[in-house]
Amino acid sequence: MTTVESPGAASSVLGAPVLEIRDLSVSFTTEGGTVSAVDRVSLDLAPGEIVGMVGESGCGKSVTAMSIAGLLPSSARISGSVRLRGTELVGTRESVLRRVRGKEIAYIFQEPMTSLNPVLTVGRQIGEVLQVHERMSRPAARARAVELLSLVGIPSASKRVDNYPHQLSGGMRQRVMIAMAVACGPKVLVADEPTTALDVTVQAGILQVLRDLRDRLGTTILIITHDLGVIADVADRVVVMYAGRVVERAQVTDLFAHPLHRYTAGLLSASPTPGKHAGTARLQEIPGLVPVLSSQPDACTFADRCPAADSQCRESAPPLEVVGTGGALAAKDHLAACWHPCPAPRTQPQETDL
Amino acid sequence: MTVLTVPMAEAGPASLTRRTRVLRRLRRNPLAVVSFVVLALAAVVALLSPWIAPYSVEQTDFGHTFSPPGTPGHVLGTDDLGRDVLSRIMLGARASLEVGLLAVATSLIIGVPLGLAAGYFRAWDAVISRFTDLLLAFPFLIMAVGLAAIRGASLGNAAVAIGIAQIPGVIRVVRSDTLRLKSLDFVAAAVVDGASDLWVLARHILPNATSVILVQATVAIPAAILGEAVLSFLGLGIQPPAPSLGTMLATAQQFAARAPWAAIFPGVVIMILALAFNVFGDALRDALDPKGDR
Amino acid sequence: MIRYLLRRAWQSALTLLLSTVVVFLGVRALPGDPALALAGEDRSPEALEAIRHHYGLDQPLPLQFAQYVERAVQGDFGVSIRTGTPVSSMLTTALPVTAELSVLAILIAAVLGVGAGVLAAVRRGHPAEWLANGLALVGLSVPHFWLGLLAILYLSVATGLFPASGFVPLLQDPVDNLHHIVLPAVILGTGLAAIIMRQTRSAMLDSLSSDYVRTAKAKGLRPRAVITRHALRNSLIVVVTIVGLQLGGLISGAVVTEQIFGLPGFGKMTIDAVFQRDYPVIQAVVLLTAMAYIVINFFVDLLYSVIDPRIRVTGDPA
Repeated sequence: MTTVESPGAASSVLGAPVLEIRDLSVSFTTEGGTVSAVDRVSLDLAPGEIVGMVGESGCGKSVTAMSIAGLLPSSARISGSVRLRGTELVGTRESVLRRVRGKEIAYIFQEPMTSLNPVLTVGRQIGEVLQVHERMSRPAARARAVELLSLVGIPSASKRVDNYPHQLSGGMRQRVMIAMAVACGPKVLVADEPTTALDVTVQAGILQVLRDLRDRLGTTILIITHDLGVIADVADRVVVMYAGRVVERAQVTDLFAHPLHRYTAGLLSASPTPGKHAGTARLQEIPGLVPVLSSQPDACTFADRCPAADSQCRESAPPLEVVGTGGALAAKDHLAACWHPCPAPRTQPQETDL
Repeated sequence: MTVLTVPMAEAGPASLTRRTRVLRRLRRNPLAVVSFVVLALAAVVALLSPWIAPYSVEQTDFGHTFSPPGTPGHVLGTDDLGRDVLSRIMLGARASLEVGLLAVATSLIIGVPLGLAAGYFRAWDAVISRFTDLLLAFPFLIMAVGLAAIRGASLGNAAVAIGIAQIPGVIRVVRSDTLRLKSLDFVAAAVVDGASDLWVLARHILPNATSVILVQATVAIPAAILGEAVLSFLGLGIQPPAPSLGTMLATAQQFAARAPWAAIFPGVVIMILALAFNVFGDALRDALDPKGDR
Repeated sequence: MIRYLLRRAWQSALTLLLSTVVVFLGVRALPGDPALALAGEDRSPEALEAIRHHYGLDQPLPLQFAQYVERAVQGDFGVSIRTGTPVSSMLTTALPVTAELSVLAILIAAVLGVGAGVLAAVRRGHPAEWLANGLALVGLSVPHFWLGLLAILYLSVATGLFPASGFVPLLQDPVDNLHHIVLPAVILGTGLAAIIMRQTRSAMLDSLSSDYVRTAKAKGLRPRAVITRHALRNSLIVVVTIVGLQLGGLISGAVVTEQIFGLPGFGKMTIDAVFQRDYPVIQAVVLLTAMAYIVINFFVDLLYSVIDPRIRVTGDPA
């Protein structure tokens, strides 16, 4: 079936997209059979924007992220297209991808403790990227590493550069990861759950660093998280994923003001709202679990957990498109894949209550 | 002893399914099946060797010394005294297995309680690790040399020397598994319920540590078999004329140029025995590895 | 770092003391009168009395132990019953042979073992992995002295490529020395190589699937850099530990290997002493082996702290 797309949302405002993902599908061959992890995901990243990708564990967020620079294991089968400023990356030679990784597209991972090599100094690990991509000498790379460490807000960077990862706190380690990722001034920074393993107070600092990078270097950031608070904090646009599919895509303000997909609505009511209402209402959980699919059915995969599901939902997959919501009109760049989108804007009546 | 312990309601069926799963995985692994068959055959031959060996092991025949393999009546040939190589290999393999089992039994009897204690009681840990260091400082051959000096060379002393040298390995794996099990909820629950330490160790930790002990034993037996061969070869183990694969090699060494078969076959048999144990041990470890689940 | 080293030094010293006690008591447990054992040829009552007095055998046990340690520290291990030469001078001729054999064997084993282990881990599912795994299993299961016999039979006797036995001191003729010792060293190294290979392989598989290797790949490093700089460096910590722990096995192996190749080392001296009931020699051999093991493992721990910064800085092994 065809998905009705409006490729390159927001691109008209911010210029040609840096990264274009088209119909990206990923499946894995395991001992237990085939597992479909990502199903025809399309997404454009405009220069300098921060896009949040949200969903529960097992929704295919990380797999999507890893497939961008070809970092998936060999058991993964990938189809579709990922273009970095016009250059196709899917199915490209490994030697070409190596020049892209760390230089054009850089990554930050969830566990800063295990993601850094325990037996090399942080300076060495940052410098390594510069030595590879910028052909810097080791002393020059080290000097640049000191600058990068202060850029990401590490105090007394000239001392810290010779530290080993275990000598740093979790937040510092994540800053080191960020310094390493931005060393070569990448066009796109993919941050896979960058704050999940960190304390809340440390979280805010890391997100601030990411925002700064976008503001100062114009880096495009794809931030993957299951935490809507993080999205609300830093993202310009949001992509909601469920069971390998994009189910909703919108500007952050639109999504929080008026979630269209039932799954998004569920996620929102399962998270504490930042601001006035925090802690006053009981959080709703979404019953059930994300299904593990061996193939992608022609149906809404959320139907089994959805309060509004009917026979239509089980018989054909809803396209990702601008949906009519009967009354309130959704923004033209607010897309959802839902036969029965949520009717009313969510925040309006709540605001008047107070 | 207290009656307040929580019965391991879930551990029973869970471990049962685990056992069947492990067995199924072993059956599906061709290497495991082949090595198991080899070991079963070797065990049968070793057990029955006094009856099925074609000749008496000490029966000399000076008319037929150094008969090559394939000589009628002597499939694997004869040695310098005209003794049948096949018969001696059969009984030698029996001695090898005996020493292997005896040594491993020795190391388990001493090593398992010490490993449990080191892992369970913090205070004992330091003392037991000094003991382990001490044992490690005496390699099995040096231990055998010492024992031979004090008590004379014999099969039993060889087995004890090898067994003692294997104790540190047993302590290490049992200790680390005990530490792991101790931190699990069901053990903590039993402790909270007032179960005595001995009860917890015997009923909760030891049964769950059997798989690592089993794996350790399967890798220790081939090492003991090789150790026995070395000691017997040097004259520190089984004393001639009793056959042992190691002593056969020692004799054969002197006539190796004239009768290479007498030097080749016993070595091949040692290797096959050790290889079968090692392959089976690998397969067992893989089958028990929870990471390989699914 | 200092704390870690002090703790290890203290533990080693304690083990050293304990092992000395064990050997001392072992000597007491020898059958017969120790004076008789120490006397050698001259067994007249006066000579025995003199020996008892010289070795303090007429003193209380703790004092005897103290004197025993004092003599051992001075390198006085008594006199060989059979030859009448001081045990210490026998050791000075025998030890270099064994040391050279062992060091060479460790080098060969480390190169072969680490190489094959890395290969097997990196080429997962390829025939190379299968071959490396198979060879390691065989190396683990083959009796090395038997391999030595076959080597002598088919390499030395048949082809004359290597001398079947004998030894030439290193300083006398280095080339001839190597010619004599390389085959025994290879034979002695095979078992250790197999163990190192298996440990390297599993450590490499662990680190290759680790987060920091994923990071290294995401940085755009070449596979070679990912493997050597990131995965292997972490795996070597495991390998160094194994070499330290396998030292006992190596010493045992060296004894047999020397016996087969007729190398006039520590092992041959030991075996000869056992059959000649040369107790002073046996005692010195057992004590020195234990001391060598403990001291070398202390240095392995030092090496550890060089490779692993987590120990170097915090004093706690990971």
